[in-house]
Amino acid sequence: MSESLISARGLTKKFGDFTAVDGIDFDVAKGESFGLLGPNGAGKSTTMRIIAATSRRTSGTISILGRDPEEHGPQVRAHLGVVPQQDNLDTELTVTENLYIYGRYFGLSKKFVNKKVEELLAFAQLEEKKDVKVEALSGGMKRRLTIARALVSEPDILMLDEPTTGLDPQARHILWDRLFRLKEDGVTLIITTHFMDEAEQLCDRLVVMDKGKIMAEGSPAELIKKYATREVLEVRFGSDRNKEVAPILREMCERIEELPDRILLYVEDGELLLEAIAAKKLHPNTSLVRRSSLEDVFLRLTGRSLIE
Amino acid sequence: MNSGVSVENIRRNGALYVAESRIRQMSKWKGIITVVAVGNPLFYLVAIGIGIGILVTENSGTSGTGGVEYIVFIAPALLANTALLGAMDETVFPVMEGFKWRKMFYAINSTPITGPQIALGVFLAALVRVAFSVFVYWILLVAFGVLSLQDSWISVFVAMYGGAAFGALMMGIVAGVKKDDYFLTVLGRLVITPLFLFSGTFFPLTNMPIYLQPIGWISPLWHTTELGRYFGYGQELSGTMLTIHFLFLTAMLIVGIKISNIRFTNRLLK
Amino acid sequence: MRSAVEIADARADKPGHQIYAGRARAIIERASIALRSSTWVPIATGFIEPVLYLLAFGYGMGALIGDISTSAGAVDYTVFIAPGLLATSAMNGAIYDSTWNVFFKLNESKLYQGMLATPLGPLDVALGEIIWALFRGLSYSIAFMLITAPLGLVPSWSALLAIPAAVLIAFGFASFGMAITSYFKTYQQMGLINIVLLPMFLFSGSLYPISVYPDWLEFTIKLLPTWHGIELIRDIWFGVIDFSSFSHLSYFLVMIVLGLFFTTRRLRDLFMR
Ligand SMILES: Nc1ncnc2c1ncn2[C@@H]1O[C@H](COP(=O)(O)OP(=O)(O)OP(=O)(O)O)[C@@H](O)[C@H]1O
Ligand SMILES: [Mg+2]
Repeated sequence: MSESLISARGLTKKFGDFTAVDGIDFDVAKGESFGLLGPNGAGKSTTMRIIAATSRRTSGTISILGRDPEEHGPQVRAHLGVVPQQDNLDTELTVTENLYIYGRYFGLSKKFVNKKVEELLAFAQLEEKKDVKVEALSGGMKRRLTIARALVSEPDILMLDEPTTGLDPQARHILWDRLFRLKEDGVTLIITTHFMDEAEQLCDRLVVMDKGKIMAEGSPAELIKKYATREVLEVRFGSDRNKEVAPILREMCERIEELPDRILLYVEDGELLLEAIAAKKLHPNTSLVRRSSLEDVFLRLTGRSLIE
Repeated sequence: MNSGVSVENIRRNGALYVAESRIRQMSKWKGIITVVAVGNPLFYLVAIGIGIGILVTENSGTSGTGGVEYIVFIAPALLANTALLGAMDETVFPVMEGFKWRKMFYAINSTPITGPQIALGVFLAALVRVAFSVFVYWILLVAFGVLSLQDSWISVFVAMYGGAAFGALMMGIVAGVKKDDYFLTVLGRLVITPLFLFSGTFFPLTNMPIYLQPIGWISPLWHTTELGRYFGYGQELSGTMLTIHFLFLTAMLIVGIKISNIRFTNRLLK
Repeated sequence: MRSAVEIADARADKPGHQIYAGRARAIIERASIALRSSTWVPIATGFIEPVLYLLAFGYGMGALIGDISTSAGAVDYTVFIAPGLLATSAMNGAIYDSTWNVFFKLNESKLYQGMLATPLGPLDVALGEIIWALFRGLSYSIAFMLITAPLGLVPSWSALLAIPAAVLIAFGFASFGMAITSYFKTYQQMGLINIVLLPMFLFSGSLYPISVYPDWLEFTIKLLPTWHGIELIRDIWFGVIDFSSFSHLSYFLVMIVLGLFFTTRRLRDLFMR
């Protein structure tokens, strides 16, 4: 493993009696793209804020480029580009002005920032809206602007808290592409997301969080291999019959998950299982064979579906 | 007729439903409303009535204030001011909120309740607040011995009437405000403060140079105050002036309600 | 061209580097950009209130009250209240800027959150916002002078010093106001600010000398910043500078330091939870 850029040990954050982050350990290597995956309230954003030196941990240690963010907040933040979960753009200013002034907050020269702003307007595809007040942008445009803003200081580490929420599919793919290129340039990415496809596309390595704890860690492929089978067979018998047939199906596969509307059967070969089921004269209303995804890993680890 | 919702009842009592819901909201802030209703005029009464009163008495006795103590002189004016400010608070903010900030008038209007009924409901609720503030303050004035119980009770209703007139007008004006960026600031600085200062509140209007007196003539506060002084402690007032003051306030009330009805109806139609 | 990291690292050994990046001017720059596109009416009408009070009380009350005796001898009532109103308007302006405006940025627009995710510290934000508010206070004070001088209410050239003094007073109020605002969560709570301020202003001698009060009240009033502000401006206005003027001055210096300290800590606690 290359040198560790971020390293957390026993990281804990409490709000009063409530433990939002519960003693987690992780390392992020330079140039890596690291994902935090988990359902609502898992503690992802809280962890992000601690890394971003805008929240104080309750206990544990964390170092970013060898520095403690509580001791060296400004120096740590100078390395970071932060995209918070909720846009906090400057609503009194225009698109261009937002980018410009953010660069100035970092102490960058006017000349540099002005040049950078042009570049970022193109990046966010907001050239046509450059003189429009932020209030008048659509939700997706605001998101793109927030992401562009985080890049104004040319950060080594880009922190993205649910970056593509509110983006249309096309904008999402364009963003993924841009993030890929940043990664090629050596930028370290830290991403939280609810979207499995996003995590699989973007993350070299990820941790699955639930209730403040890390449940599993690895690359998307490793996680799927470890916590799920190669394929999944989804069958629906209608809500009444699902219960009846479940015990029979349980005997036929490695693992079974009964969801309210359907049954998931984990096996190496889905088609083969489907034939076997048909042979028993159990005819599902619908059936579908697919490859396992992080969604299944998640279900396995937490007993809950990621997107309800 | 569907499940117990009587369209007939709503048609008849719509304004009361609106008023009730406004009063419920107000009662959430009754602590603050009471503090403001009492505190605000009380501070003026003590600070100016007593503080400046001492200087006035030293310098010119009661000759400048029609033969009464300075504090008695300003008491009806502050009572009137309480009424007008209370009426303004409970018309300007709800109407802004209803049309612009939270747009709940549009939601109410999607029931059989009409625009004029909403306007009337807001207005009635404002009157409740005005009555409350004026009454509390009047009790205070009586308790401090500034006004006498038997001789001044009519001035309570006079103050309420002035509040009603001003509230109706404000409601009509605000119902037409589309951009609120600086409306409230400008209203405060260019309308409310001048009215407060140039309506013969702290000194007889005639002390002003003649070119500043017209501000008082068109001010509901001046008309209410003059009536308040007449009914509060018996300041001299000719029959003509008495009629003029009443007519002015009545005209304002009618115009205000008319404008409100038109604007509420039109704005909700869009 | 220095990078963001180099700029931040250069300050790493300075005392207080965690709360102050030495860049309050970036906040001021932001405010001046925002001003370009903001509406002018509320800003331009801001100076009008004290002028109205001056007209109303000067003309209307003057007739009832006559002259007032001050440390500079007996003066016309209008002349007496002019400096008090200048002080009041400076304080009011500072309070407005540091309460309502700050409240909006803290709670509605989350503006400070964005700022504090950069290497800027809470002291940069507090100082920048407050200094910006002082520009407004400064321009109102100048406007007030421009209106009162032709009316013959400004006794001498040295009264011009009242302008910087008004800015100092505004600084004290703004730095405290911002800290206090950080505790408020709803508009209704904000409404309470007014009801606390009103008596402070009414009782602090802007409209008449506080010697009319009983001793205990006079003593209490002398503890209030509003009284010190009004007295400081009045001393300068009438050119009667003595020991008490310096005590007013120091009152505000202490208020500024405490206010900034308090605000910085609150901002840090709020955004570094
Ligand atoms: N400032 C705060 N005060 C109190 N509790 C908080 C605070 N911030 C977060 N929490 C709590 O901590 C827990 C974790 O919140 P966090 O925002 O980190 O979740 P998340 O994983 O980002 O969820 P989501 O997917 O919904 O964004 C939640 O239960 C939340 O209620
Ligand atoms: Mg989150």
